[in-house]
Amino acid sequence: MAMLSFERKYRVRGGTLVGGDLFDFWVGPFYVGFFGVTTLFFSLLGSLLIFYDISQGTETNIFAMSVNPPSIEYGLGLAPLDEGGIWQIVTICAVGAFTSWALREVEICRKLGIGWHVPIAFAVAIFAYVSLVVIRPLLLGAWGHGFPYGIMSHLDWVSNVGYQFLHFHYNPAHMLAVTFFFTTTMFLGLHAGVILGAVNPPKGEPVKYGETENAYFRDFIAYSVGPYGIHRLGLFFALNAGFWSAVCIIISGPFWDRGWPYFYDFFLQTPAAIGNISY
Amino acid sequence: MAYYSSIYFRSQVRGPFDPGVPLPKSNLPRYQGAKAFSYWLGKIGDPQLGPIYLGWSGALSLAFGIIAIEIIGLNMWASVDWDPYAFVRNIAFLSLDPPPAKYGLNPLVPLGDGGWWILAGFFLTISILLWWVRSYTRARALGLGTHTSWAFASAIFLYLSLGLFRPILMGSWSEAVPFGIITHLNWTASVSVLYGNWYYNPFHMLSIVFLYGSTLLFAMHGGTILAVARFGGEREAEEIVDRGTAAERAGLFWRWTMGFNASYESIHRWAWWFAVLTTFTGAIGVLLTGTVVDNWYLWGVKHGIAPSYPSVYPDFPIPSGATPGAGQ
Repeated sequence: MAMLSFERKYRVRGGTLVGGDLFDFWVGPFYVGFFGVTTLFFSLLGSLLIFYDISQGTETNIFAMSVNPPSIEYGLGLAPLDEGGIWQIVTICAVGAFTSWALREVEICRKLGIGWHVPIAFAVAIFAYVSLVVIRPLLLGAWGHGFPYGIMSHLDWVSNVGYQFLHFHYNPAHMLAVTFFFTTTMFLGLHAGVILGAVNPPKGEPVKYGETENAYFRDFIAYSVGPYGIHRLGLFFALNAGFWSAVCIIISGPFWDRGWPYFYDFFLQTPAAIGNISY
Repeated sequence: MAYYSSIYFRSQVRGPFDPGVPLPKSNLPRYQGAKAFSYWLGKIGDPQLGPIYLGWSGALSLAFGIIAIEIIGLNMWASVDWDPYAFVRNIAFLSLDPPPAKYGLNPLVPLGDGGWWILAGFFLTISILLWWVRSYTRARALGLGTHTSWAFASAIFLYLSLGLFRPILMGSWSEAVPFGIITHLNWTASVSVLYGNWYYNPFHMLSIVFLYGSTLLFAMHGGTILAVARFGGEREAEEIVDRGTAAERAGLFWRWTMGFNASYESIHRWAWWFAVLTTFTGAIGVLLTGTVVDNWYLWGVKHGIAPSYPSVYPDFPIPSGATPGAGQ
């Protein structure tokens, strides 16, 4: 059995949201549960459909393989399977699998008696995905506005959609998201650094704890946010990165259809700018 | 009984001011005058502000940093004929640009034609390097490992690649980033397009992977620690050396979810590497651009990772003013 030395006493019954005791068991290290079964169903069906769709094409370069959404002309209707219909079913499977995974995490949290912070955080990531392939296509009136499922094709999509707006860096929500991404990464480097430094001291030094971690950051930058605070700050910034990413793509098209650099033209209309912009 | 909220503090604990653990005799004393409690900081973290250790490297770093910011700010102010209102109104658009391409790597450029940019960059770089020294000596003074310093060094490597190493490789200061709020963003936008779309730069791809990965890791890690905070799980060093139920539950959560779990220590190693590799791979991508690869899109087409599109537009010559610094 793939069980850790201390694991048995934590493997208790109950905590399920759906299905009572029916799927309340583990397979190897994995907890199953009702939502484990639905996760398996959706992810298997979705993966097999991806393989099927790719097998119908002639592409042999794994980087170039892609499951594409339907053409814009199908609007919000169902497309034939080989013309984007597979993409539509794969999208349903993906949303089903991600949601099942989040609910399974909730069941695991309930079993372990811990907070629901991780599934709630995961829900923000799911929201960002749903924004791209459901909310924005709905607002624009065609499933064809979703992104294709392929290693390079989804990157091409990002590049092409970005440059359709002349330059996406000028999207104010994109600016916010980027700032949150960068800051989260900086916080992560600082947090990981101080924890590793505390438990891996130089030769001959004892391991250090919270009071030394606090002293380090107070000495260094006059403030230590503390052991609770850094995780709260990191989670808050990480979730904001995902949230503003979702906002920045939802507003692109449905609420702003010109180049993003033009967004700042409002500044030129204000008394603040009149007669002052010389470039 | 009210339990301790792990999302925000409804009540704030205000103990006596913590002056910090003792420093070695050879160190200067901490500056205990920087002492305050902030109600709003206490909403998310520790309400205590200060003390701070200044020391020689800290004092010099601040001095050089202030000189750099003064040079940048006064140049911006001069660019609007010392009109204080225009300075405030246009602050976002003002800029101190690097020397134009005609000066190459000449360090002796007229001040008004980019010489101030060289000086500002010099002082800012000294300031940042001294701040790095500080991150190292403060860790050593407290008997800590210097992991934070090496993570910081990776960020400095990216900064130096953008403003020093790549301009040297390209043979011109004009390749460097201007100092300005909108102008450094414009530089970022145009350098991508000028070199054929950075999305197809594989090191840019890697950097994004680590950037998103870092954010994902912090969401997972932050969420996990807050979830087990009711068992004291935020005391990470303690849980690393003497595993308690918080670490066991945190590990089992991921084991049961995805069949694998990091330990309380190893999650910080994952985190450290992801954060460090974000800026490190980014710097490699910067250094290769224009030196080894001129057009990342065509590079991608050649290597089968970018699609080639039919040529439907006539040839578009790059206007002479489009390169950074050339249009002054």
